[in-house]
Amino acid sequence: MASLVTKKSVLLARLVKNVGDCTKRLSSHFIYYPDNEKPVEGETTKMNMMQAINNAMDLTLKNDPTAVLFGEDVAFGGVFRCALGLQEKYGKDRVFNTPLCEQGIAGFGIGLATAGATAIAEIQFADYIFPAFDQIINEAAKVRYRSGGQFDCGALTIRTPCSAVGHGGLYHSQSPEAFFAHVPGLRVVVPRGPITAKGLLLSCIREKDPCVFLEPKILYRSAAEEVPVEDYTIPLGKAQVLREGDAATLIGWGTQVHVLLEVAQIAEEKLGVKCDVIDLQSILPWDEDTVCNSVKKTGRCLIAHEAPLTSGFGAELAATIQEECFLHLEAPISRVTGWDAPFPHVFEPFYLPDKWRCYQSLTEMLNY
Amino acid sequence: MSKIIPSVAKLLAGNTVTKVGAPVATTSSAKYSTKSEASFEIKPYKLHKLEKGPATTATLTSEDALKLYEQLAILRRIETASGNLYREKIIRGFCHLYSGQEAVAVGMRAAMRDVDTVITAYRCHGWTYLMGASVLGVLSELTGRRTGVSRGKGGSMHLYAKNFYGGNGIVGAQVPLGAGIGFAHKYKGDGGVNFALYGDGAANQGQLYEAYNMAKLWDLPCVFVCENNGYGMGTSMERSSASTDYYSRGDYIPGIWVDGMDVLATREATKFCIDWCTSGKGPLVMEMETYRYSGHSMSDPGTSYRTRDEIQEVRQTRDPITSYKDKILSNELATPDQLKEIDAKVRQEVDDATKQAKVEPEIGVEELAGDIYVDCVDPVIRGVIPSAPLQHISVAQRN
Repeated sequence: MASLVTKKSVLLARLVKNVGDCTKRLSSHFIYYPDNEKPVEGETTKMNMMQAINNAMDLTLKNDPTAVLFGEDVAFGGVFRCALGLQEKYGKDRVFNTPLCEQGIAGFGIGLATAGATAIAEIQFADYIFPAFDQIINEAAKVRYRSGGQFDCGALTIRTPCSAVGHGGLYHSQSPEAFFAHVPGLRVVVPRGPITAKGLLLSCIREKDPCVFLEPKILYRSAAEEVPVEDYTIPLGKAQVLREGDAATLIGWGTQVHVLLEVAQIAEEKLGVKCDVIDLQSILPWDEDTVCNSVKKTGRCLIAHEAPLTSGFGAELAATIQEECFLHLEAPISRVTGWDAPFPHVFEPFYLPDKWRCYQSLTEMLNY
Repeated sequence: MSKIIPSVAKLLAGNTVTKVGAPVATTSSAKYSTKSEASFEIKPYKLHKLEKGPATTATLTSEDALKLYEQLAILRRIETASGNLYREKIIRGFCHLYSGQEAVAVGMRAAMRDVDTVITAYRCHGWTYLMGASVLGVLSELTGRRTGVSRGKGGSMHLYAKNFYGGNGIVGAQVPLGAGIGFAHKYKGDGGVNFALYGDGAANQGQLYEAYNMAKLWDLPCVFVCENNGYGMGTSMERSSASTDYYSRGDYIPGIWVDGMDVLATREATKFCIDWCTSGKGPLVMEMETYRYSGHSMSDPGTSYRTRDEIQEVRQTRDPITSYKDKILSNELATPDQLKEIDAKVRQEVDDATKQAKVEPEIGVEELAGDIYVDCVDPVIRGVIPSAPLQHISVAQRN
């Protein structure tokens, strides 16, 4: 018991330190809100998001003899160690390094998946995915359609770390979800933490359409939760309502969900209003029903994402919401996003749609 | 008097001393070098589709010997300082060190002319200095300060200088740009040659082969320089490349393998490349076999895919600075005291710049919306606060 108390006080001290650190520049710009609801009953164990992803791939390699995992440096786990220990466990013919050639990795994965294997390809950073853009857009997304349904590469999942990490600069920070959301034939998914990462990744791997799975890299180690150890999936194309209210609907995905959860908490404390907070999870296809039902209830909607404003995925949401919920809206839909500037190196804290900016937008919307 | 460099002795003997070539030779103390020049054998080059390669003996004057030594030493020192600043969390972001590979850049630079151009990847701190930036310009960029060569907006991977088209962040992406720069040299007829550098890891990117083809098709004055340090990030070249003879991977483009740990070899090979390209023969591929002591970047300890013994052995037997130092000392092109003097000067210069790079101011937040377009049609940049967009500003001078 004594040790439990000590443990708790250490945790508390850590929490206090964490909160203190958040006020410093260049520290992480959000507080992590762990998931309390388990998608399945049964045994759980504490995992961070890196370990949860590792666990999902471990289960896949164990249960699916056709599954292979490849990418730059994945043999020793990859730069973020998501594949740690998997080569030792499943062998060099199933978990292996590729050369540094993203276009080749994507094309190879498409061929492999089309031929019947479950292909999990890692692109080391989402910022490096653009050499593979042609393969993903013109080959992966269109195989099924152009062959009249005879061929598909649905067993392909491309995993890649995305979004701000505190000091990533121009090429280790981007959030490219909107590029892929423009391509019929693909599925685009972003988890917000360990539990969703495991469930959504397993869904993506089993989904019979090619998936781009974007992993907010700052969560790999900073997000930890009690994750069910057994196999489970979380449905694609479904959003989750994480907090309920009637004053406004706050929509985000990935890291931004945690920013919005804090904004909702601040709004409740300071303004006495409650908000719906929705984690979109699936960017393509996205859950129109959940979003529009919420906005019809609240009459106000704020969308926040790290990617730039112009043609960010918030634009698509806003357009659909105004069409579907026009007579319910009490205020213009508000988007709080990164600037229409390249992701800056020294200006990251000014670039991000942090809680204060979201809060300001929310208050303006409430007072409209 | 016999101990003075002859040419300087001649100068000193005359009445009109307008310029002293080597400042080291102003006294006759034994502290200074005793020979004016020496010749060195170079480890044989390997050639691909070439009948004749670069010169296998190199002549080095004592003046050049000291200059090369100083450049090697300063590059190493900049990287040591960068590593420390990173560990102190003053440099944030990504940071890739060049330690171990100095002889490639220093030797190439020694052969290059003012008209020649360079483009490289993200291991670019040393190149930026060699192309004319100050140590402070480099370190301030790394610490994200106003005095950085890119005003602190680029960081470690995006350093620029005159005729230096940058550090580039995406593996292999700079190589087709190199072919384009080569075309510009040819089109303008300025006689320049472009050197496009990439690593053994990037050698497997498809766009390299597109660039090779264009360069040969149009016979561009472009040298594709593969800095083969043995590891593409954490994967050794044997495990990533079907052919590790990178100098031959241009197929129809002639190639040269060079000992990239020998600054004289890299210098002579580069001279050969310039002669080749300026005589209209088209591109070349040059492989520089070298080694990096640090991990790929600061987050890579560099020991999970190779042994500490391997790194130690290279340091002891092939270090580009130590081996060069031995060479010039044993051939009496320099004395230990002279080199010590240079070491002290280099240390002072880099230490001062390091200190300065910590206290320089950052640019103002208004530059978040600076230089996105040459001339922004919409004068504002939209973003986090739609009701208060930032004014697009032009910070850099426009041509």
